[in-house]
Amino acid sequence: MAETITIEVARYRPEQEGEPALQSYEVPLNKDWVVLDALNHIKDHVDGSLSFRWSCRMGVCGSCGMTVNGEPKLTCATFLSHYAPGPIRVEPLKNFPVVRDLVIEMTDFMEKLQSVKPWIVRQDDPAPAKGEFLQTPEQLDEFKQFSMCINCMICYAACPVYGLDPQFVGPAAIALAQRYNQDSRDQGEQERMDVLSQHEGIWGCTFVGECTEVCPKDVDPAGAIQQYKLAATKEWFKSFLMPWSKQ
Amino acid sequence: MKPSTAYRQYHPKWYRTRVSTLWWSRKWSYLKFMLRELSSVFVACYVVILLLQLHALRGGPDAYQGFQDWLKDPWLVILNGVSFLFVLFHAVTWFNLTPKAMAVRLRGKRLPNVLVAAPNYVAWLAVSALVVFLLTRQG
Repeated sequence: MAETITIEVARYRPEQEGEPALQSYEVPLNKDWVVLDALNHIKDHVDGSLSFRWSCRMGVCGSCGMTVNGEPKLTCATFLSHYAPGPIRVEPLKNFPVVRDLVIEMTDFMEKLQSVKPWIVRQDDPAPAKGEFLQTPEQLDEFKQFSMCINCMICYAACPVYGLDPQFVGPAAIALAQRYNQDSRDQGEQERMDVLSQHEGIWGCTFVGECTEVCPKDVDPAGAIQQYKLAATKEWFKSFLMPWSKQ
Repeated sequence: MKPSTAYRQYHPKWYRTRVSTLWWSRKWSYLKFMLRELSSVFVACYVVILLLQLHALRGGPDAYQGFQDWLKDPWLVILNGVSFLFVLFHAVTWFNLTPKAMAVRLRGKRLPNVLVAAPNYVAWLAVSALVVFLLTRQG
């Protein structure tokens, strides 16, 4: 008999129970299995009613973020062997409403993401006559790190500010706003500043820094927010000292 | 932010947890953040003591002697000791966070974090050395 490990999964079936309860499963402790493999094993062979989101199983789609032993993780990149001999506790991402089992409600994040216009904004429509906007490798390097975000919301689960004040725009959305602000082809900085210079924008962040610690793609949202604060402060001083200068 | 619609916010079947008041006590990185925030109280405390010192200095030699005797109170020594540790913690944690807030670029390449934080420490050492020099010169 192969070695096994116990997985305690938070189950929440709103038609049956008022609040989540843990259910234990024994799964094979294969060396190359991640938590997501174990969940799929449970769903395929033990209990088909278990609900969770996943897609690419290779750290690209950002769907399988869950809380593993209290830490927000991409379950496709979290190995069972790391937690041996167990047990491993798998819960839905914190700070979001739970729809069912490990599935969280993410519309709030989607709305916030849209509000910061994470796309290239041009004032001089239409597109250039010569084809595409050109960019040097150095210009690409300015924002590349922030563009690695996969919208997995793990940073939101780690952010106590978002947990305490759901109005806060949050780490990933601000990092992605910064990604487009830093893009040499973009002209939408002022439009984004209107949204992000509010209290629920960058100033809501108290710099706990945990978003950067947990990010599976090394995006550094905390850095993005602090750099944004610095830029906003400079902008404010400039408009205060030189009110005649163009915004 | 525009608040979410009433339907979504109050969906009866979604399970929501409240963030515990003691959220910061369960993880070292959160606790470190709270200690850093708390350090500002002790920084303020030290500022008040410094202002009192200036006030005593203005009051003449007797007043200043009285202030110095007051400083020897064991409670004040403890308070100053704790304040010192918190100010140290405050300075070190903030210095180490500078590279996050400032993405310094030189010839198109981002400077390593150590090089962005280092000038803070150098300035700190320089100011400390100056203070030590001024104090020992008098004595």
